[in-house]
Amino acid sequence: MIEYWNPLMERMPVGELEKMQENKLRSLVNYVYQHSDFYKKRFDEADVKPEDIQTLADLKKLPFTYKSDLRDTYPTGMFCVPNEQLTRFHVSSGTTGKPTVVGYTKNDIHAWNTSLARALTSIGLGRGDIIQVSYGYGLFTGGLGLHYGAEEVGATVLPTSSGNTEKQLDLMQDLGSTAIACTPSYFLFMSEVANQNGISIQNDTRLKAGIFGAEPWSEEMRTRIEEATGIKAYDIYGTSELSGPLCTECQFQDGIHIWADMFLLEVIDPATGEQLGDGERGELVITTLAKEALPLIRYRIGDITIINKEPCKCGRTHPRIMRVLGRADDMLIVRGINVFPGQVESVLMTLPEVGEHFMIIVDRVNELDTMTIQIEMTDEAFSDKVTDIIGLEKKVQAALKNVLNLAVKVELVEKGTIPRSMGKAKKVIDNRKL
Amino acid sequence: MEEKIIKQISLFAENKPGRLANIATNFRKAGINIRAFTIAEAGDFGIIRMVVDKPDLAHEVLHDAGFTVSETSVLGIEMEDVPGGLGKIADVLGGQNINIDYAYAFVTKTEQALLILRVSDIEGAIKVLDGAGVKLIDMADIQEI
Repeated sequence: MIEYWNPLMERMPVGELEKMQENKLRSLVNYVYQHSDFYKKRFDEADVKPEDIQTLADLKKLPFTYKSDLRDTYPTGMFCVPNEQLTRFHVSSGTTGKPTVVGYTKNDIHAWNTSLARALTSIGLGRGDIIQVSYGYGLFTGGLGLHYGAEEVGATVLPTSSGNTEKQLDLMQDLGSTAIACTPSYFLFMSEVANQNGISIQNDTRLKAGIFGAEPWSEEMRTRIEEATGIKAYDIYGTSELSGPLCTECQFQDGIHIWADMFLLEVIDPATGEQLGDGERGELVITTLAKEALPLIRYRIGDITIINKEPCKCGRTHPRIMRVLGRADDMLIVRGINVFPGQVESVLMTLPEVGEHFMIIVDRVNELDTMTIQIEMTDEAFSDKVTDIIGLEKKVQAALKNVLNLAVKVELVEKGTIPRSMGKAKKVIDNRKL
Repeated sequence: MEEKIIKQISLFAENKPGRLANIATNFRKAGINIRAFTIAEAGDFGIIRMVVDKPDLAHEVLHDAGFTVSETSVLGIEMEDVPGGLGKIADVLGGQNINIDYAYAFVTKTEQALLILRVSDIEGAIKVLDGAGVKLIDMADIQEI
């Protein structure tokens, strides 16, 4: 039986959902125009008035909002409410520049929890589950986000945060965690430590589900994780600007349901900004329909994905986004060819000889880009014949060439030498001085 | 036949400073003695092959130290240290269509030449070498070297 957190909302006919979105969009543009100097100025510059926006088709008249806007108005210049109305702040890690600050009213926090409550229910988690939250707690949205979402559905939370891996494994066994939420990289690291300590995730724990996100990961990685640990691995989506972790796949694991009463989705051509059709791959643009403190209008998330409005087997009518291929700004251009680290991962994970960790190193040698992929081989793949090892490098090289259309160098490195991560894994080193 | 098979320890190592020192330190701590040793170098990496007095312990120690390591079955042949010794062995194996994957040799304290061989068909090789009167050494001999 399929369970819903809010069956009426989650199964609402698409026509009614769109009507609701239209109403919410109209009040949203009025709201931001009146409450945010930033948006008033932005709309005026684009010569668009709130009354110009009547239907969903009018959405494209509105100007985009960018991450740089959040930085330029640091810390709270885009907010629609004064600070004393806020319940919480979160601040991004600032890995790619100045950090961005997001504020939440009480209602914003409630909407965030609701979003996750629907999501967790959709993968069968609720009362009776023990959810180990191994995302970092603190300014990062992952830990606290999952924490309150899990409490909302009535699950028991084990707030381990990230790090202290052996203790995490002890607690996982002793308290009987049934689900874990963390980056896929951290779960891989945790499984590795478990193996070293003679612990089988499959046999020695009650873990049945993993909620993995905060970094792109591939379908092939899912297969590996599920086969190695016996759990179901679910993709979760969210970004700190939107709230944090928000939406997951349902039990059918075929795209992430994004709640249409909270978010309006578009996919655009990143170069021209033109809207693309359903099923076309492009940059995700989100308009928040339910946020009070920091609503975002046509926010250019930068993630590359596809919107899927096909009916889902779970009966939910809300659109799905298909697995995120990477971020528009993660895309590497190597000798004029676009490469996403996620594509590299997809290829590598289909090869049983290759371990879970890899690093992409891009260099420029004599005016020519070179791409080296460092991999670790699995113990089973090791042969003491040099020709076998060179054959393995060639096999990996050919598989990558086939998909990337790019000749890359494959370098085998010793087991354990590629850095393991407890948070977001760094998978690219770009040494080019451009 | 089993007793004629020698367990060689093979491990993958990146070609960079300090790797051998790391292995040697681990062996010293575990009291493992190396009897024969070779590195097959292939650019960025090398495969280290060695015959040691306690192969199972060596495997465990290196594995726990994080190395990619395996035990490979090889043959140890006691050769007459005279011209033509190697040729005879190669002839016998070649005659049976058994390929030599790699080989390395060393001289023992008793001034005998020992040849370590990995072949494409180890059981076939033992049979034909035995038949040709070639002396194969075993793990006990390795302990005593």
